[in-house]
Amino acid sequence: MTWVVRGARLLGGDPTDLLLREGRVEDVGSGLDAAGAQVLDAGGLVALPGLVDLHTHLREPGREDAETVETGTRAAALGGFTAVHAMANTEPVADTAGVVEQVWRLGREAGHVDVRPVGAVTAGLQGERLAELGAMADSAARVRVFSDDGHCVADAMLMRRALEYVKAFDGVIAQHAQEPRLTEDAQMNEGEIAGRLGLRGWPSVAEEAIVARDVLLAAHVRSHVHICHLSTRGSVEIVRVAKQRGFPVTAEVTPHHLLLTEDLVAGYDPRYKVNPPLRTADDVAALRQGLADGTIDAVATDHAPHPAEDKECEWDAAAFGMLGLETALSVVQATMVDTGLLDWASAADRLSAAPARIGRCDIGDHAQGRPLAAGEPANLVLVDPSASATVDARELASLSRNTPYEGRSLPGRVVATFLRGRPTVLDGKLA
Amino acid sequence: MRRHLLTAADLDRDDATLVLDTAAEMARLTEGRSVKKLPTLRGRTVVNLFFEDSTRTRTSFELAAKRLSADVVNFSAKGSSVSKGESLKDTALTLEAMGADAVVVRHWASGAPHRLAFSGWIRSSVVNAGDGTHEHPTQALLDAFTLRRHLGPLDGRRVTVVGDVLHSRVARSNVLLLSTLGAEVTLVGPPTLLPVGVDGWPCQTSYELDSALAKADAVMMLRVQRERMSAAFFPSAREYSRRYGLDARRFALLPDDAVVLHPGPMNRGMEITADVADSDRSVIVEQVTNGVYVRMAVLYLLLGGAS
Repeated sequence: MTWVVRGARLLGGDPTDLLLREGRVEDVGSGLDAAGAQVLDAGGLVALPGLVDLHTHLREPGREDAETVETGTRAAALGGFTAVHAMANTEPVADTAGVVEQVWRLGREAGHVDVRPVGAVTAGLQGERLAELGAMADSAARVRVFSDDGHCVADAMLMRRALEYVKAFDGVIAQHAQEPRLTEDAQMNEGEIAGRLGLRGWPSVAEEAIVARDVLLAAHVRSHVHICHLSTRGSVEIVRVAKQRGFPVTAEVTPHHLLLTEDLVAGYDPRYKVNPPLRTADDVAALRQGLADGTIDAVATDHAPHPAEDKECEWDAAAFGMLGLETALSVVQATMVDTGLLDWASAADRLSAAPARIGRCDIGDHAQGRPLAAGEPANLVLVDPSASATVDARELASLSRNTPYEGRSLPGRVVATFLRGRPTVLDGKLA
Repeated sequence: MRRHLLTAADLDRDDATLVLDTAAEMARLTEGRSVKKLPTLRGRTVVNLFFEDSTRTRTSFELAAKRLSADVVNFSAKGSSVSKGESLKDTALTLEAMGADAVVVRHWASGAPHRLAFSGWIRSSVVNAGDGTHEHPTQALLDAFTLRRHLGPLDGRRVTVVGDVLHSRVARSNVLLLSTLGAEVTLVGPPTLLPVGVDGWPCQTSYELDSALAKADAVMMLRVQRERMSAAFFPSAREYSRRYGLDARRFALLPDDAVVLHPGPMNRGMEITADVADSDRSVIVEQVTNGVYVRMAVLYLLLGGAS
């Protein structure tokens, strides 16, 4: 399959053509053509490398009522992604070679994006003993990212050992930073609004205390720690200082923490219930600044589908989490690009190159997050930044409907996505 | 008046005064009469929807509705965040199908009445009868009604509220309502039991009780659950009583005409001693009586009983 993408603005720059052949970018330049090639007129569209999500909940196996690998990866492709890292908190937990290989195979069969399973750090996410990290690393899924996401690896000794152990296969521990005792039954950001609403507070310090501990542990054992979904100004400041000191730390922020604030909780609508919780406008400003200056390496969706009955209920009874794959690029455009904090090239770094590097999937046959240059894999997304649309949950490809952006107008539209030269999305629809 | 009563913040000064004046009228029409029933809500249906046991509050609302000649249905829905029973949504749809005019809801989850009122599941008026650690607006109304009977207009009156403010829906509603009515509220409790962000509330706070008593026109003691000490909110029930309990010595610090309130049920010996609870300046039993008048007024006004 050969494609000529004509007149795309590469990383938001001047219009150029891209020739895609046999899974690779064969040439980049003007006036490109090839016999028998299909032509995509990309006038006015911005071309970015295919997006890479470090933090996706595909729910399969176990909660196929919320999402499956098939539906979740469709949503990913429609959002401009060419790779997702599937979190380990499935049922059964992805804590053995068997489960991660199952998820990996389901991803291959679906074929919409590369599915990179994340392995659990501890057996059953119980935080008591290490899962068989090496077996998952050596499996066909070649797991490199390990996380108990949903739970914090709270035991400092266990966290230290995990960080040390994964050095043997260049792994990374992705920490869900949440001190458990400080957040028992926590429902929303601790502060004036939580006090008024009578909802149990989730204090910033519960995140920051773990971030501080883990950057110090990572430095001590010289192993890479990745901090999931940073949500507070204090966490940004700790990671900034850690990086200044050369500590081996990376961090991600979710789109929703870049846009939404805790005051949305005032109506007790569980669509806004998420973990870590929505924070203050001051935290949002710090997260945007941190992403702009590179303190925060990557945007990761924390796409967390839930069936309607887990959100159409009392706030306390509702599940934590919100959809993210199909709106991530639009939210980044709204919060970072349209505000002038990031240009498209830097946005591509935060959404593609950096997460691929952190996920150790930037090399090899199925390399992701590579530049759009001759000889590189033809993973790309074409986005129309001048379009805008009102989010309608019923139109999403995800099996679930728990988007926090319902009724909100967001800029940007994914027009096409290519995975190794093959279109997965064309004209905004699955190809 | 709005269509729902979900928080004391739903009441501006005029609304609150209207409720209290209407409650006074309800009292005038029924107090001391052998026939306590008024025909105003005949043919209307009030559902008491209780997800959490509270015999006192349910009985008070039931009596209020019956004295207005409404049909009353008590609907107990079991289930907690751990063991979900019938969902709030299905319960609401059921009540809607049965044609409830007002739903009085008590729930263990903060915000559940808000969900009921605005989710589009039901069209009836919703009255919050206590939700989680959020609010209990009719309790605040009955407290204000009781205070007004003893102190007259509340402008400039000093009310000291003592105890577990963090977990108290009574405290939240009282701070909002009493400040709306012009009273000066002081919250007193150990720092662990005052919520983060309380600085932004329309009240004063103090960690020390004795000094907050000398100028108080009224003191309201909140129920403190002994189990709180297991979560390290305070070291022991004895220490709590010593530092924040209303005993005879502290009672003597109050001005002579100050009154003592408690939303009940009391932990005698914990936040209040028996001799204070039973003293002639304790209005705790009267609060219960006034609760019926206030709830009559709320149901009457929400259901537009005059029409």
